[in-house]
Amino acid sequence: MLQIRYVWEWPVRLTHWFNVISIIALAVTGIYIGNPIISVPETGSFVMGWMRVVHFGFAYLFSVSVIVRLLWMFFGNEYASWRAFMPWLTKEGWSHIVGTFCYYTFLRRKVPYVVGHNALAAMAYSFVFLLFAVQVISGFSLYGQYDPNGLWASVTAPFLSLFSNQVLRLTHHMITWLLIGFAIHHVYSAWLMDVKEKNGTLSSIFGGYKFIDPKDL
Amino acid sequence: MQKEEQHVHDGMVPEDILQRWETRGVSRRDFMKFCSVMTATLALPVTMMGKIAEAIEGDNRPPVLWMEFLGCTGDTEAFLRANQPTATEIILDYLSIDYHETLMAAAGHQAEEAKRQTMEKYKGKYIAIVEGSIPTAEGGIHCTVGGNSALNIVREVCGDAAVTIAVGSCASFGGIPAAAPNPTGAISVSKAVPGATVMNLPGCPLNATNLTAAIVHFLTFGRLPATDSLGRPKFAYGKRIHDNCERRAHFDAGQYAEGFGDAGHRQGWCLYKLGCKGPETFHNCPTVRYNEGTSWPVQAGHGCIGCSEPQFWDTMTPFYERLPNVPGFGVEATADKIGLGIAAATAVAFGAHGVASALRKDDNSDADPVEKEG
Repeated sequence: MLQIRYVWEWPVRLTHWFNVISIIALAVTGIYIGNPIISVPETGSFVMGWMRVVHFGFAYLFSVSVIVRLLWMFFGNEYASWRAFMPWLTKEGWSHIVGTFCYYTFLRRKVPYVVGHNALAAMAYSFVFLLFAVQVISGFSLYGQYDPNGLWASVTAPFLSLFSNQVLRLTHHMITWLLIGFAIHHVYSAWLMDVKEKNGTLSSIFGGYKFIDPKDL
Repeated sequence: MQKEEQHVHDGMVPEDILQRWETRGVSRRDFMKFCSVMTATLALPVTMMGKIAEAIEGDNRPPVLWMEFLGCTGDTEAFLRANQPTATEIILDYLSIDYHETLMAAAGHQAEEAKRQTMEKYKGKYIAIVEGSIPTAEGGIHCTVGGNSALNIVREVCGDAAVTIAVGSCASFGGIPAAAPNPTGAISVSKAVPGATVMNLPGCPLNATNLTAAIVHFLTFGRLPATDSLGRPKFAYGKRIHDNCERRAHFDAGQYAEGFGDAGHRQGWCLYKLGCKGPETFHNCPTVRYNEGTSWPVQAGHGCIGCSEPQFWDTMTPFYERLPNVPGFGVEATADKIGLGIAAATAVAFGAHGVASALRKDDNSDADPVEKEG
C-alpha cells in the first residue's frame, strides 16, 4: 500500500529554489564579468555595471539561502538533518553508498530504496556545500576590495593574504564550472530516479511529498 | 609674530620662508606648488600648507642613509628624475643624504666611514631608506657591500634608525628577486628586520611623489603616515587603481579594447580584456601619475601589471590575461576552456548513462504495481 510522506519541509524547498535561481543568475553574470563578450557601442550604456549589480545582489541572496539551509540541518526533520549528509558515519549508510554506486555503474540491478537523499547523492551534496562555502568566501573577498577599510575587507583579509587575489579569482571561476557540471548531473539523476523509483522524486521538490511503498524499504 | 602664526593657520606660507627659498634659487611659485602637491598627495586640508612649509624650513635636517641591495636602481632613478624637479631638489637640498652609493662622491672605505659616523652621531634619529630586497640563502653571500652581507648591513642600519622606508616592490615585498624559484632566498626589509619601524612604498619603480610626501609628513608631524596591514601608507595605497581610473566609465559601460591598436583601444576603451590588473592593485597612479604627472601605464594604453602588489611577478602573470593559468595543464589552457570541457564531459557522460539506463528494463522499484493504460 503506497503511503504519502511529507519529506522535504518548506525551508528545504524554498532554499533549494533560491539556490537554483541564484546559481543561474550568478553563473550567467559571472561568466560575463570574467569575459565580457557583449559588444556595446554606446558609451552611455551600463552593461557591466548592471551585470555586477545583479551579481552582487544574488550573491547576498545565495549566501543567506545557504546559511539558512545549513542552520536547518540542525532544526529540520531527519531527511534535512546534517546526519543525512554524512552517510559514511553509519554502517547502513556505507552499504547504501556502495549499493548506489554499483547501481550507477550497472553492477547492481536495483537502487537501494530510501525515502530522503540516496547515500551517494548526499555525499555529493556535502561536497557541493563545501564548494558553496569556498564560492561565498572567495566571492566576498574579491567584492570587499572596493573598500579596503570596509567590513568585508576586514572579514576576508586572512583569505586574501593567504591565497592572493588572483588565486581566489581563478578558484571562484573554476568552481563556477564545477557547479555547472554538478547542475547537469543533478537534473539528470533526479530524472533517472523519478523514472526508476517511481516515487515522485521530481515533484517532491515542488510539493514536498513522496509516495513510498514500505515494502521496498 | 602673532599675525604670521595666523597666516600659517590659514594655510598661507609665511613671506620670510618664501624669500629664503628664493635666495636658494627656488622661485616662490615653485615652492608654493611643491607645498600644495604635498598637501594634496597626503590628503591633508589646504590649511596645513603653512605648517608643511614651516616643517621643512626647520634646522633639524635629518640625515638619510640610502642603501641598495637586490634592486635595479630604478627607484633611485625615479626619485632623481621624475616628478616636478623642484620637489625632489627641495627634499635633496633639505635632507642630508649621508650615504647613497649612486649619488655620493665618496667611495670605498671613505663611504663606509661616512655611514658609520652618521649611525653613531644620529643613533635613533636618522632615516634609513632601503632599495632592493635582501638575500638570505647561503649566509647572505649573494649581496655584500664592503665585505659585509646585505642582511647584516640592513639589520645594523635599520635597527638604529628612527624610521625605515622601503622603496620599491623589492624592498617592500621581495619583488622580482624573490619571485619563484627565488634562488637567493630574497626577502623584504620588514622580514629582514622584524623589530624596525618599516613603511613600505611598493611600486616598480615607486612613485617619487609618494616618497617625498611621506618624508614631508615625517618632518611635519614627527611620525610616518598611517599605514594599512601591508605597511603601506593609506594616502597612497588606500584605493584600487580600478576605482580611480580614467577609463572606468568604459568598464561600467561594457566597452573593452580587444587587442592593442584595435578600434576600441584607439578610442581609449577599458583595458580589462587585455589583462589589466587595475581591479586588484592598490596605488594612487591614476591621480598622482609619473614623470611630472605626465602619464601612467593605463593612460598610455597599457594595462596595469599590478607591480606594487605583493609577489606580483608570481601572482599577476600572465600580464595580458585576466586569470592565471591553471596549474597542471598546458600553458594555453585557460580556466574557461577547462571549465567548458568539464561541463561538456559531464553532459556527454550523463547523456550516455541516460541512454543506457533508459534501455534497462529490469531495475524498476515498483514495476509490478504500475498499471499500463490502454
